Amino acid sequence: MERYLRIDRRIIFAVIAVAVIVSLLLRFELPVPESKSVRGVYDKIESLPAGSHVMMAFNYDPSSKEELQPMAVAFLHHCFSRDLKVIAMTLYPGAPGLIEQALNTVASQYQKKHGEDYVFLGYKPGGASLIINMGENLYSAFPKDFYGNDTMTLPALRGVDSLRKIDYLFDLAAGTTIETWIVFGKEKYKFELGAGCTAVMGPDMYPFLQSKQLSGLLSGLKGAAEYETLVNKKASAVNGMRSQSVVHALIILFVICGNILYFVSRRTKYA
Amino acid sequence: MRKDGDFLILTGSIGLFVCINIFLMASGKLPFSFNGFGIMLGAGLTLAVYSFLYKDNPSFKIAENLYVGVSLGYTIIITWFNFLKPDLFDPLIVPMFSKAAEKSPHYTLIIPSFLGIFMLLRFSRNLAWLSRWTFAFVVGLGAGISIPRVISAFILGQIKPSLRPVFSSGETILSSIDTLLILLGVTSVLIYFIFSVEHKGAIGKISKVGIWFLMISFGASFGYTVMARVSLLIGRVQFLLRDWLGILQ
Repeated sequence: MERYLRIDRRIIFAVIAVAVIVSLLLRFELPVPESKSVRGVYDKIESLPAGSHVMMAFNYDPSSKEELQPMAVAFLHHCFSRDLKVIAMTLYPGAPGLIEQALNTVASQYQKKHGEDYVFLGYKPGGASLIINMGENLYSAFPKDFYGNDTMTLPALRGVDSLRKIDYLFDLAAGTTIETWIVFGKEKYKFELGAGCTAVMGPDMYPFLQSKQLSGLLSGLKGAAEYETLVNKKASAVNGMRSQSVVHALIILFVICGNILYFVSRRTKYA
Repeated sequence: MRKDGDFLILTGSIGLFVCINIFLMASGKLPFSFNGFGIMLGAGLTLAVYSFLYKDNPSFKIAENLYVGVSLGYTIIITWFNFLKPDLFDPLIVPMFSKAAEKSPHYTLIIPSFLGIFMLLRFSRNLAWLSRWTFAFVVGLGAGISIPRVISAFILGQIKPSLRPVFSSGETILSSIDTLLILLGVTSVLIYFIFSVEHKGAIGKISKVGIWFLMISFGASFGYTVMARVSLLIGRVQFLLRDWLGILQ
């Protein structure tokens, strides 16, 4: 009995890897029911009239790409399908490549043009001070966009000179940027804020939903899958949730087996 | 003997990886282009990083160091072109030293530039005292900006929904239970963290309820953490099966 409790951890890794591969290869459907928090973001975008300005803050880098990039892509599909103007920026130096990839791929599917329908302002350090600067004057915070264009001349930014004029801000966060946006942006400049975050951060963000400081939240791959389902663009997140469910069931099985073995081995030890 | 075995496993894995790539390129599944080589490199580095789960090995170390180096190099370039060049170099340095410049230099930028340089003087024994000016400025400004905003957003903003009436008109039974649970959780956890009173009698019992709430909260956090880690694995496996091997659509 003892030897089962001292099982080589590499066997568990191998079983998990096989479960992921097999569940990705075998195509079977699992329902992805929408949650109230994801619906909050979706409903907000649905309520905006065409031409409204949505700011997307891509605050993640390749280490969190697997969870947040599908959210970004699904959210962009929703925005472009509703003819909203998208303003992208980041507080992370590792994000620009991912932003360009997401923006260019989705925008080309809707024949949207950079500068007219969407802009990519680029990266700026500073966090809280940058947000305050954007709240006072967007053009002084970003005099040029990522490609070196003068931001004053970009048609997509017409009518937006500060965060006060933004209709919705969606922060995709791998760190503490959601709190920073709430404290230094939303509370001061009174814009609507929604967020997408990694699953690790999810539980910490729920109090902000309760207090309505966030209008909606996409948490981890599950949040991304729910949004993909809502906008009818099922892609990597929905496919990934199949494996996610299988692996979770497997982990629960491991935990139950581990506990049974532990209690049985203790009983035989003290018998 | 053991080291020889490790060497054989490592060289065998690299050989197998090379053979698979030759086959993929020869069969046309991977394009013979920069894109194809990029996918190959990505697949190799992914496998190298995951090889750590078997054992620490040279291929993992190469991938780890490469990641740190590339991300640092990328950060430096992005910071220069997105921040230092448009916000400092172009408005201050270029007009100062170029006669052809159309705009006059923004001399106000000298102050933050010097404050930034002072921070780097921590490395000099004789001039380290100058960095205190920058730190004093940063700490003072940070505290001045943060304290009122944090109190407003985190303390007052979070207290407000906790003070909702448990039973009020228009509320469903479920939302009333939800509010009741929040009230019970907040109160019991707060009482658990009062250490100036001995946890005996009623206080002890309520703090035990607080421990249960904390355990449930840690369990939820751990569950989400597992989901996050598995999501990363799923993403990488999707890349290997779809982009590299081409067996997933």
